[in-house]
Amino acid sequence: MMTTRILEGLGRLYIFLLLAFLYLPIIIMALMSFNVSPFYQLPFEWTTEWYASLWQNDQLISATWNSLEIAIITTIISVVLGSAASLALYRYEFRGKKVLQALLFPPIAIPWLITGTAMLIFFFGVGIGRGLFAILLGHVALALPYVIVVVSARLQTFAPELEEAARSLGANQWQVTMRVTLPWIMPGVIAGGLFAFAVSFDQFVVSYFLSTPGQTTLPVEIYAAIRKGFTPEINAVSTIIIVVSMALMLLTARFFKFGGEK
Amino acid sequence: MAVEGAVASRSGLRSALPLLAPAYLWLTVAIFLPLSAMVFFSFMTDLPLSGKPWAFTLGNYAAFFSQSLYLTLLLASLRLGLEVTLWCVVIGYPAAYVLAKVLKGRSREAIFLLVILPFWSNGLVRIFSWAMVLREGGILDTALNAVLPFKINIDLMYSYPAVIIGLVHSYVPYMVLTCYLTLQAIDDSLIEAGRSLGASRLQVLKRVIIPLSMPGLVAGAALIFVPVVGSFMEPRILGGRTGTFYGTVIEDQFVAVFNWPLGAALSFILLAVVLVILAIASPVLRRAA
Repeated sequence: MMTTRILEGLGRLYIFLLLAFLYLPIIIMALMSFNVSPFYQLPFEWTTEWYASLWQNDQLISATWNSLEIAIITTIISVVLGSAASLALYRYEFRGKKVLQALLFPPIAIPWLITGTAMLIFFFGVGIGRGLFAILLGHVALALPYVIVVVSARLQTFAPELEEAARSLGANQWQVTMRVTLPWIMPGVIAGGLFAFAVSFDQFVVSYFLSTPGQTTLPVEIYAAIRKGFTPEINAVSTIIIVVSMALMLLTARFFKFGGEK
Repeated sequence: MAVEGAVASRSGLRSALPLLAPAYLWLTVAIFLPLSAMVFFSFMTDLPLSGKPWAFTLGNYAAFFSQSLYLTLLLASLRLGLEVTLWCVVIGYPAAYVLAKVLKGRSREAIFLLVILPFWSNGLVRIFSWAMVLREGGILDTALNAVLPFKINIDLMYSYPAVIIGLVHSYVPYMVLTCYLTLQAIDDSLIEAGRSLGASRLQVLKRVIIPLSMPGLVAGAALIFVPVVGSFMEPRILGGRTGTFYGTVIEDQFVAVFNWPLGAALSFILLAVVLVILAIASPVLRRAA
C-alpha cells in the first residue's frame, strides 16, 4: 500500500515534469515578447512596443490576412465536401469502398515535404503555378481526410433507424439529411471544421513550397524572418499565433473527445 | 444471392457517387496526381516548361547512388528519426501509463488535454521557442549559472542535441496519445490477476502491460519516425550548419539550387523508404484495429 502511494506520487510528479518540458519554452518565448531588450537581455523590463511595431509591418499584416482567408475558405470547402463524402461512405455499400477509405491515409501519413514538393512540380506543370490559389488547393486536400475521419467517427454513433423512421413518415432524402442526420452529426462537423482550420492556419511546409514573395502566409513569413535573425517581433507574432491555435483546439475539444472515451 | 448483391452494390455506388466525387476529385488533383507527376519528373533531364530541351534519364537516380553524400545524409536522417522515436518512447510511454492507470476523472481529462494541446499548435513557433532556451545567454544558460557556483557556458544552439530536443518536444505528444489509447483499453483486472498470482510489478509490466499496449507503441513510432525522417525546418532553425539532413537537401533542390528533377528523385526515394517502413508496421497496426 505504502509503495503504491509513493509510486503514484512519483507518477504525478513525472507528468508535471513533462508538462513543464512541453510548456516552458513557449512561456519563455511569450515572456520575451514583453521584454524591452531587443537582444533578449535580462533583467526583465515590461513593454508592449514589439506588439505595437507589428502593426507597422505591412508584409506581416498582409500575410496574416492571407492566412486567415485561406484557413476560412479551406474550412468551408473541406467541411462541405468532407461531410458529403462521410455520409456516402456511411450510407452506401459498394465495391471499392475499402479502397476509398484507405486512400485517406496517404495524405496524412506521407511527410509534408514530399506532398509539398510534389504539388509544386504538378501545379507548375499544369499551369496553375504558385501563389494563394495553389496554397488553397493544397490546404483543402490536406484538411479533407481529417474532416472525413472525424465526421465518420461521429456517424458511427448514429442509429440508421432514425433515417428509416423519417423516410417512412414521408420525408425525402434531402429532408432526412438536413433535419435528422445533420443535426445529429453536427458536433463532428464542427470538430472537423476546427481541425481543418488548424491544419490550414498552422500549415508551414506545403505553403512554403507553394508561396511566392507577394503571395505568402504567416508561417512562411515567420520562417523567413527567423532565418534572417531572431527579433522580439517574431516572439510577439509567435505568441499571438500560439494563443489563437491553442484556444481553437480547446474549443475543438468541447466537440470532439480525443481520448475516444465517452 | 451473388447477383442480387452485385446489383445492390452497383446502385449503391450510383447513389454514393455524387456525394463522393467532389472530395475524391479534389484529393486526386491536389495529392495523387502530384505524387504521380513527381515520379514522372524524376526521370527527366530538365523541366519541360520553358521550352528547354529535355529527355528521359536515369541520371537523377544515378546521382543518388554514385555520390555517397546523398546516401550518407539519408542514413543521417534515418538515424535522427530512430533517436527521436526512442526518446519519445522513453519519455512518452511512462506519461501515458500514469495518465491511463493512475490519474482519474476530471484531472485525467484536463491533463490529457494539456499534453496533446501543443501538438495541434504551430510547430514552427514551438521550434523557434527552443531557440530562446538553448542559445548562449538564453534561459538555460542564465538559470544554470545562477544556481551553480562555477561559470559554465551552455550553448546548445546550432548543434545535433538541439535538433533532437526540438523534435522530441514536437512529437512526444503523439506517443502519449497512441499509448494512452491502448493502455486505457487494458482491463485493470488483468493487472490485478497477475499481481495476485504472485507476479512482481516488473513482471506484470513485461508480461502483461507492454505486450497489450504494443499496437499503440508501434503506431506512435510510425507516426513519429516518418515525419522526422522528412524534417527540414527543425534542423535548419535549431541545427544551423550542423543541421544538414536529407530533408534540407531536398528543400535546397527546390528553393535554392532549382534542380527540380533531382529534387523529385530524392523525394521519391524518401517516399519509397517511408512506404517500406509503413508496410513493416502495418501488420501490428491491423491487428490492433
